[in-house]
Amino acid sequence: MRILTLVRQVLDAEESVRIRDGEVDLNGSKLVVDTMDEYGVEQALRVRESGVEAEVIALAVGPERNQDALRTVLAMGADRAIHVMTELMLDPIFLSQVVAQVAQNENVELIFCGGQQADWDSHALGAATAERLQWPQITWTNGLEVHGQTLTGKHDAEDGSETFSVELPAVITTQQGLNEPRYPTVPNIMKAKKKELRVETLEQFHIGPKLKFLSAEVQAKTRLHKILDGKDAPAAAAELVRLLRHEARVIA
Amino acid sequence: MILVVVEYANGKVSKSTYEMAGCARQLGREGPVTALVLGSGVAAIASEVALVFDQVLVADHADLAQYDAEVWAAAVAQIAREGEANTVLIGGSRSGREYSPRVAVKLDAPLLEDAISVVDANGTLTAERYTYLARVTEKVEADAPVVVVTIKQGAFTAAMPGNQVAEQFDVDLNLPQRRVQITGKATEKSSRIALTEADIVVSGGRGVGSAEGFATLVEGLADQLGAAVGATRAIVDAGWRPYQEQVGQTGKTVQPKAYIAIGISGAVQHLSGMSKSKCIVAINKDADAPIFKISDYGIVGDVNQIVPAMIAELQK
Ligand SMILES: Cc1cc2nc3c(=O)[nH]c(=O)nc-3n(C[C@H](O)[C@H](O)[C@H](O)COP(=O)(O)OP(=O)(O)OC[C@H]3O[C@@H](n4cnc5c(N)ncnc54)[C@H](O)[C@@H]3O)c2cc1C
Ligand SMILES: Nc1ncnc2c1ncn2[C@@H]1O[C@H](COP(=O)(O)O)[C@@H](O)[C@H]1O
Repeated sequence: MRILTLVRQVLDAEESVRIRDGEVDLNGSKLVVDTMDEYGVEQALRVRESGVEAEVIALAVGPERNQDALRTVLAMGADRAIHVMTELMLDPIFLSQVVAQVAQNENVELIFCGGQQADWDSHALGAATAERLQWPQITWTNGLEVHGQTLTGKHDAEDGSETFSVELPAVITTQQGLNEPRYPTVPNIMKAKKKELRVETLEQFHIGPKLKFLSAEVQAKTRLHKILDGKDAPAAAAELVRLLRHEARVIA
Repeated sequence: MILVVVEYANGKVSKSTYEMAGCARQLGREGPVTALVLGSGVAAIASEVALVFDQVLVADHADLAQYDAEVWAAAVAQIAREGEANTVLIGGSRSGREYSPRVAVKLDAPLLEDAISVVDANGTLTAERYTYLARVTEKVEADAPVVVVTIKQGAFTAAMPGNQVAEQFDVDLNLPQRRVQITGKATEKSSRIALTEADIVVSGGRGVGSAEGFATLVEGLADQLGAAVGATRAIVDAGWRPYQEQVGQTGKTVQPKAYIAIGISGAVQHLSGMSKSKCIVAINKDADAPIFKISDYGIVGDVNQIVPAMIAELQK
């Protein structure tokens, strides 16, 4: 079985966001593999290690620097990688066309996709890809097992969690709790340098964007920062209650 | 028409439905603002939304008793096509965010996700949304005959029920077979007001010490204030609280009038779910905790002393 696992290179959550010319500027910032995607890579590796004969293919769509992210997941253990190179910002509906085409070309049966992108906060890619392929999808997955052609597991639903069963092929979107992603070891980092990383261009896909990105800005709300010292707990508590009642007027 | 897919839970129309109606009205696009009610035994829901919409389409089928992404997407896309919708509004709930991309692909439409504002300028829709864990506001534009929009809960002013009762129509759907079998469900029921609908949210983090500490401090204060209760991922993972109460990147997004954070450090993933709250209050013993950076009010102190003192003060 071939497994496709999506890799998005994003700003490290600890880094602050800088804007330049109405766009988020990532130059000089620490970039990492989206944690949500690491869960997918890890799960794909676990499927392969569980005895299922599987090839794990990592896919990234974006600028050249994405190859660092792909090398990282090759070092985690992915078998090979595909990089679709583009400087364009791709909205998820547009991007899903690339992913679906790669999945078809590579005869993939299972796709892992991060549950929410740490840069665009989007959830749409997994479902949009599933729709293009006419596959079912499971979102917010936090438990997964493969038995032959059947996937079973657990995922978060509207008001709690559900266990599910679905036949392959399918798209799985990941969620924290699915697993603990491994760190690449030094020997594996060395080995990863020799693994196949195929570069394609977006033009090969003959598709166009659905959205136009107009601007980005950081709009931090000004906060009052009235922070009281709590050494005298009753006095501080009384003052806070007074402020919330009479100044902020948010409690009765 | 502007098609709004009605969201409801436990037999009650969700606030997001009224917010979508509000969004649709302020958009001022051509055609009636139309509600689509999908489900089984939804007559009461349909009557309730008839007071806010221009017309109500009802698909009341046993096959729709349980939500499924493929079934919902097929139903919504079919109605959008037949009704020649120019806009399809879907709620920002977990399921809405899950099936809306499928609707967009079926309709070959752009998807404006998690909109906090939508404006129509000569047929082109411009929306704002939060990105980068809610630290950036981005503006995007969709220029297409039909656009699918999901809205961020709490971002739009809810439409008020009037005294006009809209006409209801039954619709026939061609539904696909469901392929995902749900084999078990663990629902977490709470008697409290829903997190995303509350004016005040009291949330607890690891600083409350234990599940018992959460009950005394967080629930104790919430009871005094008539507030909803929230939690950080850390304590949901520890099993102190149900997942349903989690606030943040992988939990719920809330925007109450007041968010009171008790023993919460303020990790970016948590902030992304609450940083737009109108007034933020933090109690933490560490003066350098990041939560204070986005707080309006706060106390540097031990939650075990401060919170009981607040409860006592409120009881006076
Ligand atoms: C992909 C991903 C998604 C995530 N999604 C979410 C999410 O949706 N929601 C979420 O919340 N987190 C999420 N997290 C986790 C997040 O990074 C933090 O680990 C988590 O929010 C920390 O929770 P906390 O504030 O309860 O705990 P801690 O960070 O441990 O903070 C506890 C705080 O309590 C204070 N404290 C301790 N004792 C006392 C006392 N007696 N009195 C007063 N103060 C005290 C401490 O000073 C500290 O600031 C996610 C992480 C990842 C990687
Ligand atoms: N190979 C690695 N690559 C990147 N970070 C690592 C790696 N190994 C360990 N770390 C980081 O170092 C911390 C301590 O790891 P450890 O030494 O494995 O306990 C981890 O929490 C990681 O953040």
